[in-house]
Amino acid sequence: MQTNPNIPWQQEARRVAKAIRRRSLEHTINSNGGYLSQAASSAEMLATLYTHVMNLGPSIAPMIPEPFSDVPSATKRNYKTGAGYNGAQNSTNDRFIVSAVHYAVVIYISLVETGRMSLEGLNQFNKDGSTVEMIGAEHSPGHEFTAGSLGQALSGAAGVAYARKRRGEKGRVWVYMSDGEFQIGQVWEAFQTLAFHRLDNVGVYVDVNGQQCDGEMNAVMDIEPLQKKLEAFGARVFKVDAHDVDALAYPATLKPDGRPLVVLAYSDPCRGFPILEERRPKLHYVRFSDAAEKARYQSLLAEM
Amino acid sequence: MEILSQVHAKNLVRWAKDKPRVLVLSADLTSSVEAHLFKDAYPNRFLSMGVAEQNMLSFAGGLAREGFTPFLHTFAVFLYRRPLDQLSMSVCYPNLPVRLFGFLPGITTPGGATHQATDDIAILRALPNMTILETGDATDVESVLDVAQAIDGPVYVRMLRGEIPRLFDANDKMKLNHARVLSTGADFALLSSGVCTEEALRATEILRNHGVAIQHLHITTHKPFNDPQVLDALQEARRGIITMENHTIMGGLGTAVAEMMAENGIGKRLVRIGLKDTYAHGASKPYLMRKYELDAMALVKTVEKLLGKALNITEEDLQSVRLDKVHSAAKAEAL
Repeated sequence: MQTNPNIPWQQEARRVAKAIRRRSLEHTINSNGGYLSQAASSAEMLATLYTHVMNLGPSIAPMIPEPFSDVPSATKRNYKTGAGYNGAQNSTNDRFIVSAVHYAVVIYISLVETGRMSLEGLNQFNKDGSTVEMIGAEHSPGHEFTAGSLGQALSGAAGVAYARKRRGEKGRVWVYMSDGEFQIGQVWEAFQTLAFHRLDNVGVYVDVNGQQCDGEMNAVMDIEPLQKKLEAFGARVFKVDAHDVDALAYPATLKPDGRPLVVLAYSDPCRGFPILEERRPKLHYVRFSDAAEKARYQSLLAEM
Repeated sequence: MEILSQVHAKNLVRWAKDKPRVLVLSADLTSSVEAHLFKDAYPNRFLSMGVAEQNMLSFAGGLAREGFTPFLHTFAVFLYRRPLDQLSMSVCYPNLPVRLFGFLPGITTPGGATHQATDDIAILRALPNMTILETGDATDVESVLDVAQAIDGPVYVRMLRGEIPRLFDANDKMKLNHARVLSTGADFALLSSGVCTEEALRATEILRNHGVAIQHLHITTHKPFNDPQVLDALQEARRGIITMENHTIMGGLGTAVAEMMAENGIGKRLVRIGLKDTYAHGASKPYLMRKYELDAMALVKTVEKLLGKALNITEEDLQSVRLDKVHSAAKAEAL
């Protein structure tokens, strides 16, 4: 969904990617820590998805998110998920389901940089009583599932895709995952199901940054060769450079062929923030060690 | 007493005929959980999900978000033990109308500890938004579908299969949070559920003949648990309260009754008949009900203990009113 049709979409996607990185760094500094590496690796992917790949309607949610009111229940009427930020749900619009919800802050920033949420919304991040939570839940802007127990959302997305296919809907179901989730058995159950039920209306974008909480994935629990494994499970897999917007967008232009689509976006978890290299192999969360380190991040922000 | 077979299998086909949004999801045990006739009748509404229950639970959540009503069919243990996180986060948290039909509750299977859902009520009572129902006869099995379908949220049902008795009139349908009153009497309040009700009925008549007055309630709703009839029975019981369940005594019916007693200041003896904080093993249902003291004789012994005297009721006495003469023709059920 490009906002300005007068410029090439790639230019707009790159602008949004740059803005995501800058805003993430600013937010990390202001919050005294944050999920910065996730922005480094996924900026082009989320920018390409939001500005070009996904056919989403305009946001139908308030620019400033409402405060948290209650969890879903039979007595809670008119419960709304954060999916409204991704547009109205109808037969033709695509859906966007975030599985890797520890990327929540990058999702919120993507909403801000694509005009779907105000900056005031981002400023509610991790504040008590807000829905703009650290780990996104289904009330959080841009989120539709409560996916924090990782590896579950793809199965739920498959259920949504099955229902949409059954109704003959044209809209696709995009799922955003992290590579760490491929250590989870349920994810493979889900791929087995997507292939068996021929749910080719599902497209999965994976940030393959090779990083997880304890450090590098190949030292924690290796998942490679991921492409071969997924192909063996019946998926149609494309391995792309996560920072190349054309390469990211291409697989989504292909006509679905019965197989679920997977875009493995191999990313640089420090892209745009060379200072992050010093923190390897632990990139999952940035917590400044002292004021001097924070000052160096501040000067990087001034340069951006 | 009438014994019926494949009650759910036949009833589900009838019931679902005019309900196009009801989809049956099965994890490879289709005929073992009596979903095979539905599969034959409505192949387009039957989803084979394979032995992959974690995915099945989350997938069902996705279907329910889109306005379908998934009816999950498998053995009870595979609906809550293996996929508890998925049940909690993909179904219960969003309060989605997913119907979970759990077969082989408690010790009703020779499959052993892996197949025996002996702690399901305890675990699922702790999940917000969850409704828990249990069937004790053919009428319960038939009428539980309407009860479950009327609920705005997830429902877990302890189901019976194979040869099952009709204890209650076919027109006397199960009602949500409403116990069936099977007898009245002021000495004891007896609350039984599931297959334990049939077992209790074998003993209550003889106990009555020995001058013991029992108010017997058959419980079909474990959550919510605030039926005023239950509270009345607890308050009226002069000599004690007995619960009888095909489940561990920790966290199930006995615990729910204990909570209600404590919260209402009812200071009386309570004896919980059930599995005494143990796993069981694989064997026939009658053997296991005897071994783990879930049967009619267990109830007699409990009454004797509370009365402080022997009633001299023998196994032969109980046999004389055994309701399962036809029942015994059924072989121990295979997987």
